[in-house]
Order: sequence, then C-alpha cells, then structure tokens
Amino acid sequence: MNERTNQQPIIEVIDLHKRYGDREVLKGISLRVYEGETVVIIGPSGTGKSTLLRCINLLTKPDRGVIKLDGVEITTPGTDEDKVRQHIGMVFQDFLLFNHLTVLNNVMIGLTKVLRMDPKEAEARAIKELERVGLGDHIHQYPGQLSGGQKQRVAIARSLAMDPRVILFDEPTSALDPELIGEVLEVMRMLAQEGMTMIVVTHEMGFAREVADRIIFIEKGVIVEEGPPDEMFYRPKVERTREFLWKITELYGHRKESEPHP
Amino acid sequence: MIEILLRYWPEFLSGLKITLQLTLVGLGVGSVLGMLAALGRLYGSRWIRWLAIGYIELFRGTPLLVQLFAIYFGLPDFGVTVSRMQAALIVLAINSGAYQAEYFRGAIQAIGSGQMMAARSIGMSRWQAIRHIILPQALRVVIPAWSNEPVSLLKASAVVFLIAVPDVMTQAKIVAARTYQPLPSYFIVAFIYLIVVYALSTLLNRIERRYRIPGLEVESHRT
Repeated sequence: MNERTNQQPIIEVIDLHKRYGDREVLKGISLRVYEGETVVIIGPSGTGKSTLLRCINLLTKPDRGVIKLDGVEITTPGTDEDKVRQHIGMVFQDFLLFNHLTVLNNVMIGLTKVLRMDPKEAEARAIKELERVGLGDHIHQYPGQLSGGQKQRVAIARSLAMDPRVILFDEPTSALDPELIGEVLEVMRMLAQEGMTMIVVTHEMGFAREVADRIIFIEKGVIVEEGPPDEMFYRPKVERTREFLWKITELYGHRKESEPHP
Repeated sequence: MIEILLRYWPEFLSGLKITLQLTLVGLGVGSVLGMLAALGRLYGSRWIRWLAIGYIELFRGTPLLVQLFAIYFGLPDFGVTVSRMQAALIVLAINSGAYQAEYFRGAIQAIGSGQMMAARSIGMSRWQAIRHIILPQALRVVIPAWSNEPVSLLKASAVVFLIAVPDVMTQAKIVAARTYQPLPSYFIVAFIYLIVVYALSTLLNRIERRYRIPGLEVESHRT
C-alpha cells in the first residue's frame, strides 16, 4: 500500500453509514481501491457486504458518508447516476441476465442503448468480450438454455463490454453448483491478471488467497481487519479474523476448483 | 332457425361488424390506457400513482352498465353530447383499460426488480430499463392472463344494446321481435359469439407460442 499513497484511488469510500429500519447495516465503512487491485471482501452473511457494493454502485442510497469515483464525489445530490453506473460494472449472485435476449444481445444492449454505439461495432465488441470469457460458441443462445456457470460468464462479459473502471462482484459463485464454480473463478482470475480493478464479495477462500491483493474482513457493519492475504491468513492481528477465516476455509476452502494452480 | 338465419343474415352480419368494432377499439385504446395506468401505478410519483389507482378501482368497482348510462345520459348535462356509438366506445375502452392495467401490473411485477437492477447497473435510465428490459418480458408473460380480456370484452359489449347501439345483440333482439321467435334468434347470436371467441382464443394461443422465449417455456402440456 505504501507505494500507492500518491496515487488516486479509483474508488474511495469515506465513513459510509446505512440503516434499514432500526438495523444499522453499515456503521462507518472507509476503504480505497486502487487501479488494477483485486480487493476481496469477506464476512458473515448479513454484515452489509452486499449493501456496501450496492451503495458504491448507487443502487442503494447511503444515509451518510461519501463515495468517490476517480476522485469525484458521486454521492452528492444531482449526480448523474446513470452515467456513474456506466463506469462501475456489477455482477450479481443470481446472474440477472436479460432473459428475453440472446447471449449476444445481453452484452450488446448496453453498448447500443446506453453508449449509442453503432450496432456493427457493438456486435464486434460484444463478440470479443464473449470470446474472452470463453463463450464465443454460445452467442445465439438464450439465457434459459445456459448452465449457471455460463450465465455468470455472460454477466461478466456484459459488464466488461461497458469498459468499466471497476467491476463489483456480489457473491458471483454462491448460486452455482460446485462443479461450475471453477469456470467462473477462472475468468475472474484472468481479469485480475489483466489488471482489471475488482471488488469481490465471496466465500471462496482459495480465490481470495491466490488472487486478492487485499482482503477486507467486515463484520457487523464495520471493517474488523484488512491486509494482504498472507497476513490475513497467517498473521492476523485480530483474533476474530483468525477464527472467521479458519471456519470459512473449513467450509469453502477445500474445493478442488478453488485451489491455487501449481 | 336456418330459415331465420338465411333471411336475416345481413342484420346479424352488420351487428357483428359493430360488435367487433366495439371490441377491437375498446381493446386497443384500453391497452394503451391500461399500460399507462400500470406504469403510473408502479413507477409514477405519488400523485400519478394515486391517479392510476383511482382510475383502476373506480372502473373495476362499478358495473359496466352504470358507466355506460353515466356517460351516455350524464355527459349532455356537462354540455358534451356523444353519439350512442361514441359513448359505447369510450366506456368499453375506459373500462377495459382498468382491467388491463391490473394484468400489466401483475406481469411487470412478475419480471421482478432484479431485471430492473441489472439494467440500471449497466447505466440504463429507468425509462430505458422499462422500455428495453421490463416491457419486452412483461408483454410476453402477460399474454395468457390477458387473453381473458378480448373474450370478456367481446361478451361485455352486449350491454350496449341498452342504449340501442346496433350491435349483434341488438340485431338479435330486433329479429326476435320481428319473427316472434326469440329462441332461434338468441341461439344464433350465442353461436356467433361462440365462434368469435374461439377464433380469438386460437389467435392468442398462436401469438403466445410465437413470442415464447427459448429456454423459458412454461410447460403447456403434461408430459
């Protein structure tokens, strides 16, 4: 992190608060994500990880706090939210592909309708992104005809096509059958290597350990601890971090697909 | 009965034309009103939402006949005179719109907020999301339930005979009076309604199949 203190973060979150009714989900979260970083957010369910991602993407309105994209505050009233979301990709747990559109059109529609790109150009771009996630052969199929892993890769291609500054992943493999998780993680690993900036909420500890530049452990709406994977896994400063990581690795970490490649 | 049909078929035919006209115009204008009301109810500001709910509940909550009389006999009091046919068309369209609004609303809600969220996440505005993502799916989902509406409107249109619009029902009444034989005449008109309803249902089934989304078929037959 030291070499980055002069650099401007892509995403900066300052003292974010969010409550639903009388339950405070986020109690002052602050974080910075720099260009090319993969930040993995972990924590027990119901601790506000998804809410945090939705706040960053302005899909949920925070009660208090500031979010900046490339140094510009996006939480001020009057911000063009649609414009902001063009630059922040999002991949959802349940894929949320557009069911009435072919794979190709799922990826193209943002280009043609939002960016007003020429259809020919948009098609070429969409095909490129679909090939990148290994789905060049499925472009004319409909989401209902794909496996979960394929659907999620289409969703990733849909985000990539918009050329976002950062992609947010909200438990991208939690709705998948175990044998399909690997292909999605593989694509995410590739993106990380190519320098895509990513914020990933996941329980896949193998992925976190291997791919993350930083892991942030959130519990009860606050950041308990953050650091590089090695530190978090082997030398955590907080006892609760050790306890959680141990438990979650026990549950999710021993899957073959998510083990680091030799 | 054959005799009556052979002798009076021009009357029945002209009545059928009026009935079909009432149904199709009512359905068409009603679908526009219904869509606006559904969108207003779901996505409108508080004001628009209440306006939409008021419209829907008022016209679903009162008898069609009352609405017809209110428009035809009531409007002249406000200085607006409408012909019988105009009154019938207005009432059927507004009434059908209220029902169609609820079909559309149900379908839009069935598509779910997830699709809206996904559309917004790639930078679409709310209106773009409705237009390109929500409606194309909702309009497919709505077909089976909405298929009731043409059929029920067609039959409901028979009430216009009470303000003497010369629809097929009115013609049947005239023929019955002229021949002093009510039964054959009403049998014929019932048969005409039946045939039109059957044709409509067949057409709608075809449309439903035509716009089915591959991979998302709802099982329509038992296996």
